[in-house]
Amino acid sequence: MSNFAKTFSSSLGKKLVMALTGIFLCTFLVVHLVGNLQLFKDDAGQAFNAYAYFMTHFGPIKIVSYLLYASIIIHAVYALLLTAGNKKARPVAYAVQKGGQNSPWTSRNMGILGTILLIFIVVHMGDFWWKYHNAELPYAKYEISLDNPNDIQVSELPYDANRLIHSEIVDVQAGKQIVVSKDLYKIVNNAFQTWWYVLLYVVAMAALSFHLIHGFKSAFQTIGWNNSNLVPIIRFLGVWVFGVLIPLAFAAMPLYFFFK
Amino acid sequence: MSNNMNLTLKVWRQKNAKTKGELVSYQADHVSPDMSFLEMLDVVNEGLIKKGDDPIHFDHDCREGICGSCSLHINGRPHGPKQGITTCQLHMRSFNDKDTIVIEPWRAEGFPVIKDLSTDRSAFDRIQVAGGFISVNTGGAPDANAMPIPKVVADEAFNSATCIGCGACVAACKNASAMLFVSAKVSQLALLPQGQPERYRRVQAMVSQMDAEGFGSCTNTGACEAECPKEISITNIARMNRDYFTAKLLKSEE
Repeated sequence: MSNFAKTFSSSLGKKLVMALTGIFLCTFLVVHLVGNLQLFKDDAGQAFNAYAYFMTHFGPIKIVSYLLYASIIIHAVYALLLTAGNKKARPVAYAVQKGGQNSPWTSRNMGILGTILLIFIVVHMGDFWWKYHNAELPYAKYEISLDNPNDIQVSELPYDANRLIHSEIVDVQAGKQIVVSKDLYKIVNNAFQTWWYVLLYVVAMAALSFHLIHGFKSAFQTIGWNNSNLVPIIRFLGVWVFGVLIPLAFAAMPLYFFFK
Repeated sequence: MSNNMNLTLKVWRQKNAKTKGELVSYQADHVSPDMSFLEMLDVVNEGLIKKGDDPIHFDHDCREGICGSCSLHINGRPHGPKQGITTCQLHMRSFNDKDTIVIEPWRAEGFPVIKDLSTDRSAFDRIQVAGGFISVNTGGAPDANAMPIPKVVADEAFNSATCIGCGACVAACKNASAMLFVSAKVSQLALLPQGQPERYRRVQAMVSQMDAEGFGSCTNTGACEAECPKEISITNIARMNRDYFTAKLLKSEE
């Protein structure tokens, strides 16, 4: 085994893989959230559909998205490897063990929280990512007045295999811009009309919150960045940005469509 | 004598490393609150010996909280319910009359049970032998303060060096990880000038031995530092990781 391979199969090396993939997934959450804020725009999904097209068809972003899928898989596989090793390290369990008196609940349940998140990611990608790429979705046709960009007429076009996923033309004589997009917004809107589906999302975001309250700061501890200047910043980001703000903003999306 | 307590003990009894053990109940009556936990066990053992039974085996030596010999997982926590002390410094006044106390050995692949509550912690010695030392030529005693070391660094190194190697960190960790022990032993030398020549060789050798002994990985729960009788901080673990990754990924020599 090369020195490099040995490093990443050591107990510390495996934790480094968890930390680095974890931090990368955290940066993705920020991008995903900022993009999805367009769901709150009152434009029948025109901006959101244009964004969906951009994210799935712009080369550099496609490369990053494959890195992202790989990170999710590596993070989960290494979690399994580590857990298996950790179980082997204590072959006889304690009859009584009071973990609650010496460590936070989140830190002892990262595996359960992570499993909820993995199930959520599979459901979430199956319903939106897979459908957007493979299902015969209808199209939305937006006619936007050139004089008043807030004046948007929207109509539905049926699925047509030959139609471009996203196209824009400006008709100067008619005084409007015509945008035709595969209508992911509609799928999102429809999905979030079901109460149990909304509940699934809210529960998953609660799991995300607890996972990141421990995971974010833990990643930096593993890497070894824990001096007294950094720790307060990392803790603040881990709890308030990644543990509270981001999960709340994500959870607001299904609730917004359900109660709209 | 009115303060004396009657207690029920559930003690792990195991003949040797090869047999399976079980929890056995014992009655400990008229226990004085001024007794230490180990003295309470001594009294129980005297009773067992008088009856012709095998006394309960447990590790102990100095009974002053400085040698690291005593262990015991008491009611779900290493060294019992109090913080910053070893089992020998735990007194029966921390318990109440009619309490049931569950006493188990350290549980870890790296700490096999020798008998009852006594475990083989020689894995820690082997980790130390792998790299927890400095190689120096003994010569004349150097002048005091000839080698400048900032006070904060000296304090930090001293804090790391207070580790008594009892293994409570391993016992407390849900993964039976030895990282607090190993990182304290890495840090006490990595912080000081005398530790520099072997700094990166040391951390690699000790981590490699730690893995070979079958200890688990760190989940950063902080249970180890909460239970450590010497209150050693997990900043040591971050320092060990930093040195290990530096050695493995950023340095070509060693």
